[in-house]
Amino acid sequence: MRYVYAVCRPLPGPLHADLTGVGGAPPRQLAHEGLVAVLSPVPARDFGLEPLRAHLEDLDWLAETARAHQHVIGALAAVTCPLPLRLATVFRDDSGVRAMLESEHGRLCRILDRIEGHVEWGVKVWLHAEAGGSASAESSSARSSRPRGAPASGRDYLRRRKAQRTAGEEATARAEVFARRLHAELARSAAASRQHPPQSPALAGTGSGLNILNAAYLVPRSYAEEFLELIGRTEGSQPGLRVEVTGPWAAYSFTDDTDDTDDTDDMEGE
Amino acid sequence: MTTASRLPDSYGQGGGTNLADVLERVLDKGVVIAGDIRINLLDIELLTVKLRLVVASVERAKEMGIDWWEDDPALSSKARRSELARENAELKQRLERLELARGDAGSESGSERDRDRGGEPERDRGSEPERER
Repeated sequence: MRYVYAVCRPLPGPLHADLTGVGGAPPRQLAHEGLVAVLSPVPARDFGLEPLRAHLEDLDWLAETARAHQHVIGALAAVTCPLPLRLATVFRDDSGVRAMLESEHGRLCRILDRIEGHVEWGVKVWLHAEAGGSASAESSSARSSRPRGAPASGRDYLRRRKAQRTAGEEATARAEVFARRLHAELARSAAASRQHPPQSPALAGTGSGLNILNAAYLVPRSYAEEFLELIGRTEGSQPGLRVEVTGPWAAYSFTDDTDDTDDTDDMEGE
Repeated sequence: MTTASRLPDSYGQGGGTNLADVLERVLDKGVVIAGDIRINLLDIELLTVKLRLVVASVERAKEMGIDWWEDDPALSSKARRSELARENAELKQRLERLELARGDAGSESGSERDRDRGGEPERDRGSEPERER
């Protein structure tokens, strides 16, 4: 079977010889009608319908496969602007891939044109757990007449809990204002932008806090430094907030076949 | 031709890229093309929902203050609720679009779709807090 990673314009040369893909097989190019599919052979015992469905429930398998997929896309992104396909796009043989390139030709070309010369940067704003909880709660409990230490009574305990919660909500609100401004500014300097649902801190790793903004920006390669500088300027301006940048990614978040305006996805394309 | 070498060192693009970022893009973004092997796109969509739920173990989730399955209005904050509601709405919208797209893309596995549609774990959870009253 054929696992297809991405579709590209014809590449200037062969793929790196020791590049490996899903299952460890080296990817190769299949050119058809002015487009190139980058694919590698995968065994039917893993990528047939039933085994694939079972595998997808297995987080370890999924993680390994996702990383292998991204590894190939990342390598392609160094030499071209690949159009990444969703994980586990599998065909029986080369002719199936050719048929796809033919039938999807219009849509693929439109998206490729749009992402040409661009990369994707991910920008996330995190609110540290302490910023909402203990840190600001301390200042508000200092404001109240009671000294720190063990609560004197049940009522005192409840009052502190309330102060803590209020402080947390205030911190979240401030963080949201900051995130909105940052997003507006970055979106202005980008060719396109998308906001993704906030990430679960458990997935993102320990100690990351609350995810306030999770956005992606399509930025011309040549403009990367200026774009990152925009973000760098905000550094440290907001206590308790952390701005995290990931990338450059292939234009994963900009593969929908719609207009470029932010977050408008009312049409499915063709 | 490429300016990749001029770019600042990528932020953890190597082996250390965090799994959430990789999964988010590889599993959830990227162009959808109907391959010969039709894994139900709904399965994938539901999977990302499931991942969000499953990976947050109860203990960790409590630590983070995500408590929406606990039916305890006193512990929840408006901010969190609206965020969940937004995500919920977005996911539902996405499911709808996918179902539409599937309808177009040939419906060989119609019976499976019906079965899958029964799930909707997000909505079930979301509406729970009302129960207690």
